[in-house]
Amino acid sequence: MTDVSEILQIIGLSLLVSGTSTLIGSVIGVPLGVFVALRKFRGRTFVRTVAFTFYGFPPVLAGLLVFLLLSRGGPFGFLGFLFTPVGMILAQSVIVIPIVMGITISAMMTVEKRLHDTARALGANERQWRATALHDARIGVFTAVMVGFGRAISEVGTVLIVGGNIRGQTRVLTTAIVLETSQAHYVEATIFGVILFIIAFAVFAFLQRLQARGIV
Amino acid sequence: MIASPISLAGIEKTYGGKPILRGLDAEVAAGEIFAILGPSGCGKTTALRLLDLLDAPDRGAILFDGTPCSVGSPEALTQRRRMAMVMQNPIVFRATVFDNVAYGLWLRAVPAEDIRGRVFAALDFVGLLDAAKQGAGELSGGEQQRVAFARAAVVNPEILLLDEFTANLDPFNVRILEEAIIRFRRETRCTVVIVTHNLFQAKRLADRVALLLDGRFVEIAAAETFCGRPSRPETRAFLSGEMAY
Repeated sequence: MTDVSEILQIIGLSLLVSGTSTLIGSVIGVPLGVFVALRKFRGRTFVRTVAFTFYGFPPVLAGLLVFLLLSRGGPFGFLGFLFTPVGMILAQSVIVIPIVMGITISAMMTVEKRLHDTARALGANERQWRATALHDARIGVFTAVMVGFGRAISEVGTVLIVGGNIRGQTRVLTTAIVLETSQAHYVEATIFGVILFIIAFAVFAFLQRLQARGIV
Repeated sequence: MIASPISLAGIEKTYGGKPILRGLDAEVAAGEIFAILGPSGCGKTTALRLLDLLDAPDRGAILFDGTPCSVGSPEALTQRRRMAMVMQNPIVFRATVFDNVAYGLWLRAVPAEDIRGRVFAALDFVGLLDAAKQGAGELSGGEQQRVAFARAAVVNPEILLLDEFTANLDPFNVRILEEAIIRFRRETRCTVVIVTHNLFQAKRLADRVALLLDGRFVEIAAAETFCGRPSRPETRAFLSGEMAY
């Protein structure tokens, strides 16, 4: 059975892992998306296609990939990140980056089509144009971050493989639901599910409030 | 001799293998309103984009005050900031009306204490003073085009380029914009190039009118002469509506 302090610990770890991976995914994915959308370079279409393909990248496969990289025999095994929250964050970041990048690309390209000539005609240089485009596409970029967080908090395959679902250490809400269901503890599984839903709802409501106030 | 603010010399431009401009030559005098008239698809907008250094011609030169300027050159941005263009479709930034109009001033690093006064003066100019705090996207098409005009006018351009700027607008907004242009030119003495397919608008606003056909100017004349006593048969056919295109 799971007590209250353990539930709180699971909630805390879920938020920590998903929040940090969303932050990492955004810090990397947004600038990459802006770059790919606004800079003309050889292979841009290919990069875009790869980014969009990774939208549908199976989380289990991402988990396996990170597992192999972090396992004792892998190239980064010496870091000792396997079955730790750090490893889970890295694995989730692999999932979040292409989502944030891809949606950012779409948002920025829509703005580019609409505004590029207008901004240039009013005297924007390239640096000013990029800032203008990012500002105008802010709702799309914000959506990218929200979708990234949604994917991270609801993700199970990756964290299960890389984190190992170790009680008190790497157990998060989704892996707890899997465990409780497999043990026929349906009430506990449902409680975790409701908590997961409430957290996701609260986070999105908060972010939307920021958006409505024009903070983002 | 004082050089013209704008000179086009043998401008050629091809898009997708199709020649659009086949040798444009023209001189636009300082402080005049110069209208480029022509049927849809004749290359009017292309000519204006080249003038605004948004695209580069395949051949020929564009001279500003007698000095050639090409897209991508170090001088291009400086020259572009001496001009402002209003596009055919009103395009506004996802921001308030005030922020839209202030945009060109921010780009030019105008001190913040000057921006407020200039933006409100520009909004007053187009009758949108009360809309300053509104989201620009919430305005009607005609009002958005007035915002676009204020946004261009607020930077005090030496050359103002207007691309079919009243197409699809209601008569009320057309009248406001045309009056704003006449007043703006009178007060600032800036040079204005208007692209339009509306003969009556060209007649109402322009000092001189050029007819663009098949990628060339077939006739350039004072507005009164152009409309009353055109010298070229193509112009007569265009004015009488007999030209099929």
